[in-house]
Amino acid sequence: MGKTFAIKALERASGIDGLVAGQIVDAYPDLYMSHTATWRCIKTLERMGDPDLFDPNRIAMVMDHISPAQTSKIAGDHRLSREFAVSHGIKNFFDVNAGIAHVVLMEHGLVKPGNLIIGTDSHSTIYGALGALGTGVGFSEITAAWVTGKLWMKVPESMYINVTGPLPDGVYPKDVMLKLIGDITADGATYYSVEFHGSWVESLSTSERMTLCNLAMEMGAKNAVVPPDAETERYLLEHGVDLSTVEPILPDADAIYEHRIDLDARTLEPQIAVPHNVDNVVPISQVVGTRLDQVFIGSCANAKYDDLAIAAKYLKGHTVAPGVRLVVTPASADIMAKAAADGIVTTLIEAGAMITNPGCGACAGSGGAMADGEVTLSTANRNFRGRMGSYESSIYLSSPAVAAASAISGVITDPTLVLA
Amino acid sequence: MNTASDTRLGGRSIVFGDGVNTDVIIPGRYLVSIDPVELGTHAFEPLGAEVQAKLAESPVVVAGKNFGCGSAREQAATCLIGVGVKAVVARSYSRVFFRNAINTGLVAVECPSAVDAIREGDEVWVDHAAGTVTVGESSYQFAPFPPVLREILEAGGLVEHLMKNFAKEKK
Repeated sequence: MGKTFAIKALERASGIDGLVAGQIVDAYPDLYMSHTATWRCIKTLERMGDPDLFDPNRIAMVMDHISPAQTSKIAGDHRLSREFAVSHGIKNFFDVNAGIAHVVLMEHGLVKPGNLIIGTDSHSTIYGALGALGTGVGFSEITAAWVTGKLWMKVPESMYINVTGPLPDGVYPKDVMLKLIGDITADGATYYSVEFHGSWVESLSTSERMTLCNLAMEMGAKNAVVPPDAETERYLLEHGVDLSTVEPILPDADAIYEHRIDLDARTLEPQIAVPHNVDNVVPISQVVGTRLDQVFIGSCANAKYDDLAIAAKYLKGHTVAPGVRLVVTPASADIMAKAAADGIVTTLIEAGAMITNPGCGACAGSGGAMADGEVTLSTANRNFRGRMGSYESSIYLSSPAVAAASAISGVITDPTLVLA
Repeated sequence: MNTASDTRLGGRSIVFGDGVNTDVIIPGRYLVSIDPVELGTHAFEPLGAEVQAKLAESPVVVAGKNFGCGSAREQAATCLIGVGVKAVVARSYSRVFFRNAINTGLVAVECPSAVDAIREGDEVWVDHAAGTVTVGESSYQFAPFPPVLREILEAGGLVEHLMKNFAKEKK
């Protein structure tokens, strides 16, 4: 009987052969990521009496959720983390200038195919874009892993998702994921390892695969993965990874999947998640014309270089509608630098966009708040009530193309009907 | 080892629907704190003061499916502890919320049949060792936790569990 990706990855991480779904095992992750929650981990470690660390080289810290600090309390939390990294020999410390943890770690060659990676962030599923098993945990669990090197994990069942492309012009991986989330629902993949397969998936860049694996979390997935291939090798080489250190894991052709989903996306319309749940998904035609106060292009789902390039393509030569604020937050410093060098940043600024420092920004409620009754169209991954300011405001989710086209008109606009 | 009576928790219940997310349980703006009591004062704030007042008098939170979906924030579990919640009974949980609950010592059980039976304000008792939820005269079964999770829960959380083990190793 063949094995799924998750079974093989957890067999490697636990050192136990013959795992079956439902079993609980102690697994040894290759990397423990903590973001702005790092100070909470440090305080928890202090409560435990400051025991020795299992392996400082497996610890990665990224100050992404609130950067730069808005209050002296947060500045103190950052300082605590910064000083702890120095005093404990933690090399993989990325400060407030770096960007969103997930993207930063991949750009710095810290995520490899076959790895088990845990992070204090639900969207740690994104590491599957490079063939790693990434999953979100609480800060106490990260602290426990700092000390013991392991954590308990339930071996998940697997879901096989096959997407048929190509997509129509103006339709993007974000639209595919919103469609899948709407169909599968916010808990339809709870506890599952989600595997993305098919020739369309294989045709995607690593950046686009990040959007897939990131958003799989919104269906409840434990992890998500695109089987690593030549594109994965290309990305790893580009980011300084020595391929001789990489041992990819591929699912067996005869692996057993609890569920199989087939989506034919060849005629898919752009999709929108409407307030206040991510699985509240409609085709854009149902909400075209919805008035907007703010457009946010940011987050680990859709603020990578290609996302900014798509936004610039639509915005070039246009200006943002009067009274609408367009906030663009690149996912990382490297992406921002590249977008600046290529003129994308200038195009966005000339169109009236406000470019903020890289990081989570408005997606994590750090800037970009809304007043009562206001509406934001966001490229992020969550539209929960109150996530961006007032509890009486609304968030719609879309692709960067929809976001850019809508910023120009000031209402939700179908990019496939606008000449880019 | 705890006896069954030690593992029985409960009281008045407050009932929520499906898909209650972490931003509703504890908004992101309050994550600058890890003090359970302070966090507890903001639990369910987006739903208004009336819900919060009811929550403060309800040791048992009852919910539909996918309770705690969204963020990995551990404070979604600790804020409930801080406001005095002893147990959560839901149809199902998001996986991260469930982990955070166990790891912070909050009893969280999946028992759809009990959820069907409970009306808000009912007195509900949860016995995680016996695997029962009691509502008035009726009792509903759920699959008891695996031993490793029970050990963590009974120690009061993951960190406490580890500290207990460290202390044992030193002896």
